[in-house]
Amino acid sequence: MSVLVVIGVSIFVFALLHVIYPSPARDVLGLRAPQMAVDAWNKAHGYDDPAAVQYLRYVKDLLHGNLGYSYIENQSVLALFEGRMARSAYMSGISLALAVLIAIPLGVFQAVKRNSIGDLVVTSTAFTLYSMPVFFLGLLLIQVFALSLPVFSFQASQSTSLLTVIADWHAMTLPIATMTLISVAAFSRYMRSSSMDVLAQDYIRVARAKGLPERLVLLRHLVRNASLPIVTLVGLSLPQLLTGNLITEQLFNYPGLGLLFFDSLKKADYPVLLAYTQAAAILVVAGNLIADIALSIADPRIRLR
Amino acid sequence: MWSMFFPFGRRRATEDRADEPVLDRRPLPLRRATGNRLAVIGFAMLIFFLLFSFVGPLVYRTNQDVISLVDANQPPSAAHLLGTDANGFDQLGRLMKGGQTSLEIGLFAAVVAVTIGTLWGTVAALSNKTVDSIMMRVVDVFLSVPFLFVVLILAVTFVPSVLSLSLVIGGFSWQVPARLVHSEVLILREQDFISAARIAGTPPWRLIIRHLVPNTLGVVIVNMTFQVADAILAVAYVGFLGFGLQFPDVDWGDMLSDGMQYMQAGYWWLVYPAGVCIVLTVVALNFIGDAARDATDVRLRHR
Repeated sequence: MSVLVVIGVSIFVFALLHVIYPSPARDVLGLRAPQMAVDAWNKAHGYDDPAAVQYLRYVKDLLHGNLGYSYIENQSVLALFEGRMARSAYMSGISLALAVLIAIPLGVFQAVKRNSIGDLVVTSTAFTLYSMPVFFLGLLLIQVFALSLPVFSFQASQSTSLLTVIADWHAMTLPIATMTLISVAAFSRYMRSSSMDVLAQDYIRVARAKGLPERLVLLRHLVRNASLPIVTLVGLSLPQLLTGNLITEQLFNYPGLGLLFFDSLKKADYPVLLAYTQAAAILVVAGNLIADIALSIADPRIRLR
Repeated sequence: MWSMFFPFGRRRATEDRADEPVLDRRPLPLRRATGNRLAVIGFAMLIFFLLFSFVGPLVYRTNQDVISLVDANQPPSAAHLLGTDANGFDQLGRLMKGGQTSLEIGLFAAVVAVTIGTLWGTVAALSNKTVDSIMMRVVDVFLSVPFLFVVLILAVTFVPSVLSLSLVIGGFSWQVPARLVHSEVLILREQDFISAARIAGTPPWRLIIRHLVPNTLGVVIVNMTFQVADAILAVAYVGFLGFGLQFPDVDWGDMLSDGMQYMQAGYWWLVYPAGVCIVLTVVALNFIGDAARDATDVRLRHR
């Protein structure tokens, strides 16, 4: 099933590329090149073949790890992605991990102390964050923690070495916090309602009735069962994560894939734009598949069809 | 009370709320009232922003046409309640103008998305198995491509206007309503009144328009409020990244990104009002959507 979706995605992205950027000839030969030269270039490089032939060639290249060539940058897309990929993965990965680690206890707390002042505060904060564009949250954090109280830097680390980036918490705290908070807002909503569902189950009552301390009831029985939907949610949240990544990297000028996408938008560098879209879509499909498999391992009640 | 606004929701046969968490010991009417109160607040906020954007300029007349650099970047004063921007435009008047485009695109994109989604979902559910599964795989494909990426790529390719942005945003966010309507129609088509209509010789298009679509409206309207919220956010993102509407036109995201460069100078009136407008509008729509969803018993949340 996932394979079908990936094939569909590749057709979609190819069609998009084909319609808005049929040939890189103008980028290579210049905007004022005569039509004859363009035609000749297209013929020489196979850009006048039928769409189906070009699509198969595109898929073949994709399977060989060739994501295309940016004639504007005069570099292969893969070379542009290198290095940036690790930086983006670091920022997104650590925010996702932090978000899960914060959202699970937070959701449990809200469910246990349901309708208390604390629950109300957390719920309304989460609701506001959930409705907030990523860039506005980032701006607020910059205003408070970089301009009003100069604790952190308003620009992310510019280093090309991943180790330096990781060590530079002064510069990386705000971008990571921005992405984490947005995800926490979404995750804790679900964690709260799934914890409430679990709290109403008989096995929680049994655990309490047999005299298990409340701490163990929560740790052993509640958290384990209530966290299951988070697995699916993490898989489903990949598109938002990629979008958040794009905005956060642009806001904090962090040289990752999102900033590359933004720069390529300004230059109308379609090979890079579509390669990233393709990669992102495949990542989303893969993420959902992994989430499904992980869930079926974690929860024996679920069988993969 | 909700049936007043949403008369289309299908009533479930039993009114037992077994799926309600048991822990909430407050009586049901109280819980309903809290939900409604949020919805009323949401409606009030939404109506406020609609009046603010569309009626406001009639009351609070400002110059939004002629650049006047003498008046640029002035702090709030009696003449300019929220100060002026880098072009000397009155910021409050500009917020109203930006609100018009943001709300227009939000509403129009949601209508486009919901219309395509409803038709797609209905047709898929009524088709034979092969066509149905192909159509729903297409939905999966569109759901896998991060929506904002495609919108941004298309915003670079075409000149963004209110109409083109609405069409692009709406044209790529119909997947969730399609899924919701699809599963709804799968249940509906087995019911007796549909069989009765079929036996009576109702042509398929009439069956869809007169019998199926009206019965899915509950789900669709709930989803539409979320769609409007998402579309307003999408416009804000596109505008913030600088690929939104062209100069004389403006939207809230656009204003925010223009004001951002003056943050260190402390020109707060260029940044925060626009951001607050976006957040409050989206919060209002989410309030309405959540309450409407609870009222129509749809236990599905998009994204």
